[in-house]
Amino acid sequence: MRLRVAAALVGLALYLVVVPFVFRESRYLLGILTTASVLSLISLGVWLTFAIGRINIGQAAFALVGGYTTAILSVKLGVSFWLCLPASGLAAALVGAVIGWPILRLKGVYFAMITLTLSEAARLAALNGGTITQGATGILNIPLPGEVTFAGVVLVPAFRALNVHLAFYYLAAILLVLGLFTVTRIASCRLGWIFRSLRQDEALAASIGVNVAKYRVLAFALGCFFAGIAGAFFTVSQQSIYPSSFGVPDSVYFMLYCFLGGLSYVSGPVVGAFVLFLGFELLHGLREYQMLTYAAIMITMMLWLPNGLLSLRLPARPGMKADA
Amino acid sequence: MIVMEVRDLTKRFGGLVAVDHVTFEANEGEVLSIIGPNGAGKSTLFKLITSFLPRTAGRVIFQGEEITGLSAHLVARKGVVRTFQETTIFKEMSALENVVIAHHLRGRATPVGLFLNTRVARQDEATFRDSADEILDYLGLSRVKHEEARHLPHGHLRALGIAIAMACDPKVLLLDEPFSGMNPEETDRMVEMVRGIRDRGVTILLVEHDMRAVMRLSDRIIVLNFGRKIADGTPREIQNDEAVIEAYIGREDDELGI
Repeated sequence: MRLRVAAALVGLALYLVVVPFVFRESRYLLGILTTASVLSLISLGVWLTFAIGRINIGQAAFALVGGYTTAILSVKLGVSFWLCLPASGLAAALVGAVIGWPILRLKGVYFAMITLTLSEAARLAALNGGTITQGATGILNIPLPGEVTFAGVVLVPAFRALNVHLAFYYLAAILLVLGLFTVTRIASCRLGWIFRSLRQDEALAASIGVNVAKYRVLAFALGCFFAGIAGAFFTVSQQSIYPSSFGVPDSVYFMLYCFLGGLSYVSGPVVGAFVLFLGFELLHGLREYQMLTYAAIMITMMLWLPNGLLSLRLPARPGMKADA
Repeated sequence: MIVMEVRDLTKRFGGLVAVDHVTFEANEGEVLSIIGPNGAGKSTLFKLITSFLPRTAGRVIFQGEEITGLSAHLVARKGVVRTFQETTIFKEMSALENVVIAHHLRGRATPVGLFLNTRVARQDEATFRDSADEILDYLGLSRVKHEEARHLPHGHLRALGIAIAMACDPKVLLLDEPFSGMNPEETDRMVEMVRGIRDRGVTILLVEHDMRAVMRLSDRIIVLNFGRKIADGTPREIQNDEAVIEAYIGREDDELGI
């Protein structure tokens, strides 16, 4: 236990202090690490729906909802990014709850298929959103996060006054740490047990008095909240959003990060996202063979480690386990 | 005292009437068995009572209150709890975890409370664990409580299914074939356990094919055939009932001479 806490602290120090210090001037490296962090956050949301036994290929839809919420609020209404961020999460969670209520009755491949169509439906909705979403033009010139002051003290300086890449790295890192903490806590408290009971047998769960519909919507909406937050982050860091910013392939990637990282572990999606995304970037030099090599590596991994990368080293621990 | 009344309960699947205007009462603290040939509608009847299937017509009244049409988890919350025909348990949890999670409806903490691990959540946890230990002990499962459920032998799994139901603190417990796949010794032990549960004041509805167990355990028996109730009485009355014998063995057909 003490060893694990120590390992977590060392990891945290590396992630929050050493890496940003060493690479502070390297825009490219900071950029891909930032992206990997936020992709991890989205995938953690997908993992939550895996926890209740549903394969979710619709996460891009909720990232779009979050992204457009931030874009519209900040450009058209001049709302500060720091308010847009939670608002985007809540908007995505709300949409998730409304859509999730009926579709979560479906299981297995049927649920997966309908969430896949959500990814495409969200893109079409953004494309045909008229003046609200500005169609294919997208929403551009989204302002960078401004400063946060409280009682005259500057808590967060305006991003344009800082090393922007470093600032976004820190924002992404803090969001990911908070997200990972939240999901770890959920998985270890009785809420996590309830989710696991739903995955193993919904009828039995109902027979012991679990409100099955309520808890599966809760898990799904939480997952959508993560997507909304991440969508808002990408929108403001790229200062633009288009209907094609998040699409079906992204949803498939988020799901794959969970699979390849290891569904049994809370940290599975994070490991999956970092290894796969950074791996893809490192293969950049192969140019036209990049995708081919990447695909071959992915297939090999699935064959060799069907339970994910983490099954390689970590023995299954009852406390951490979310049961594959 | 009547604890549960079933009035004209009916279920149609297309043209098939699986349960046809079944009416009966269950008295508090008795073992009431429901028997009948395969396909007579026994399990369907259980699913209708516990709202796992929507009914076509009829009513279920529990302690003077109509419970037909409530969601399954709300029926369980009222105190009407079922077990499942197969060994339905949470396979990827330990036996202890299975029973602890089954205390869910006694939990007072909200989802947020669980997340924050409030005092109420911790108290719940401790209560559940103590109660789960007691239930497992009663059903003779203490030794295997840390085993992952899917590794347990069949007899233990059936007992675990009952342990899960007991954790819900039922007033009426519906046992769906609890003795199937058991050898005579295991059945005898389980019969004693079911008696013990009844002696705690729980009313038991039992669907079972093992006639020896049914006759020993039941206070009253209801016989279904093709979804219809054909007899109702004490084990002795049922054993001598013409209609029941006919349903089980068939009638000699004089014309054909067999």
